[in-house]
Amino acid sequence: MMRRIQFMLLLVGFVISGSRAQDTDLLSLLGNDDVTEYATAAFKTNRVINLHSLESTAGGVLDFKINHRFGFINGGPYEFFGLDNAMMRLGFDYGITDQLTVGIGRSSFQKSFDGFLKYKILRQSSGKKVMPVTLAVMAASSLNSVKWADPTRDNYFSSRLFYTYQVIVGRKFSDRLSLQLSPTLVHRNLVATRAEKNDVYAVGAAGRVKLTNRLAINAEYVYVLPNQLGPDYHNSLSVGVDIETGGHVFQLHFTNSTSMIEKGFITETVGQWEKGGIHFGFNVSRVFTIVDRTKHR
Amino acid sequence: MKKGIFALSIMLLGASALMGQKYFTKDGKVSFYSDAPMEKIEAHNTKAASVIDASSGQMEFAVLIKAFQFEKALMQEHFNENYMESSTYPKASFKGKLEDPGNVKMNQDGTYQTNVSGELTIHGVTKNVTTPATFTVKDGQVVGKATFTILIEDYGVKIPAVVKDKIAREVKIDIESQYLPMDDKS
Repeated sequence: MMRRIQFMLLLVGFVISGSRAQDTDLLSLLGNDDVTEYATAAFKTNRVINLHSLESTAGGVLDFKINHRFGFINGGPYEFFGLDNAMMRLGFDYGITDQLTVGIGRSSFQKSFDGFLKYKILRQSSGKKVMPVTLAVMAASSLNSVKWADPTRDNYFSSRLFYTYQVIVGRKFSDRLSLQLSPTLVHRNLVATRAEKNDVYAVGAAGRVKLTNRLAINAEYVYVLPNQLGPDYHNSLSVGVDIETGGHVFQLHFTNSTSMIEKGFITETVGQWEKGGIHFGFNVSRVFTIVDRTKHR
Repeated sequence: MKKGIFALSIMLLGASALMGQKYFTKDGKVSFYSDAPMEKIEAHNTKAASVIDASSGQMEFAVLIKAFQFEKALMQEHFNENYMESSTYPKASFKGKLEDPGNVKMNQDGTYQTNVSGELTIHGVTKNVTTPATFTVKDGQVVGKATFTILIEDYGVKIPAVVKDKIAREVKIDIESQYLPMDDKS
C-alpha cells in the first residue's frame, strides 16, 4: 500500500516535470516587465486649426507652414465668396527636442511678425508610469509692422508688441477622440479705447475626431471672458478637416477669424458665423527631417 | 526502498531541470528594411524579448511595435498610426520551434545551423513562417541570428496607391539576439 502511494507520487512528479518542459508560454517566464507607453499623435500636427494643439514638432524636424484664409463668404458672388481675397501666414516651426518647439512666422494681416516657444511638460502615458494628460506651455509674441496711422503723434515701438501666454492641457481619449483646453492670456501694449483691456483672458477648447487613418475632423472655440474687448469683436470658432498624405498635412476649414496668430484670432475676430462672416481657409504643413533621429538619440 | 524512490525522484526532477535549460533575452535586436524605388525605410528595435527552451527547441519572440525607431519622426508616427495600428495591435510575436534542437548544443561552444518554423503574428494576423537561423555559442552566451522576408499584404497592412513607390511590398527582417542562460528559479 505504502509503495503504491510512493509510486503514484513519483508518477505525479513525472507528469509535473514533464508538463514544465513543454511549457508553451515561454515568454511568461520573463515576468511582466511593465513599460511606459506614451500616447502619440493626439492631433495630426501641432495646430488644431488656429490654436496650438497638444502635439509638438518632433526633435530635429522642421515644419514649414503655409496658411491661407480667403475673404468672407458673405462677400457674395462679386467677391467670388471670398476667394478673391486672401490673407496668409508663412511659418517655420522647429523641434529642438521632442519637448521643445520654436517657431517664427510672418502674416500679411497687419504685416505681423511672430515667434513662439512651446514646451511639453507632461506627456500622457500608461503602463509603468501613468499620466492621464499631456500638458504644454506656450509663449508667443508678435509685432504689428503696419505704418503708424497717425505719424504726427507720439508713437512708441512698444505699442506694436503683443504677448500671449497659454497652457495647453488635453488627452487622447481613444484613437478616435482627442480633446484639449487652453487657458490663455493675451497682453496688448496698446488698445484703442479705455474700455478695452490690455490683458485679455480667454479659454480655448478644441477636439478632433479621427474618421480614418488619414482623415480627421477638427473643431476649436475660443471663449473670451466678458467685458474685455470692444463690441465689434467675437469669439473665434473654426471647424475643419485634416487630410494626411505622406509628408503633408492639409487642413481645410471654415473660421470666422482672419488672423492666424493668437493675439489676432483671440482678440480681433470680427466675423460672425450667423451673418456669413466666415473665411474658407487652409493650412499646409510640410515636415523636413533635419537631424536623423537614430543618431539624435 | 523508501529512500531509494525518494532519491530517484530527486534525480529525475534534477535531470528534467537540466534538460529544460532555457535561454532568454530582453534586448534582442529586430530591424526591418523596405527598399522601394522612391524611398528606403529602415527601423530598429532593441527591446525584443525572447525565450528558447534548449531541450525541446521551443522558442518565443515578442516585440513592441511602438519601440521601433525610425530615422524620421513622421515615418515612425505613420508606421504606428496608419500602417501597424499599434494601439490596437501593440505587439508582433513569434511562437515556434527549432526544427533540429538536438543539433544545437547551447551548452557547448560552436556555431549551429537550424531551421526555425512557427507562427508569426503581425498586425493581428498569424502566418506560418520558416527561416534558417544560426546560433553561435561562446562562453555561455548564445547569439541567434535570422534573416527573412515577409509580404506586407499577408498581414493585412494596406498600402495606399499614392505611396506605392515609397513602401516596398516585401520587407526584409533581420534578427540578432544575445541569449543568456535563465536561472531556473526565476
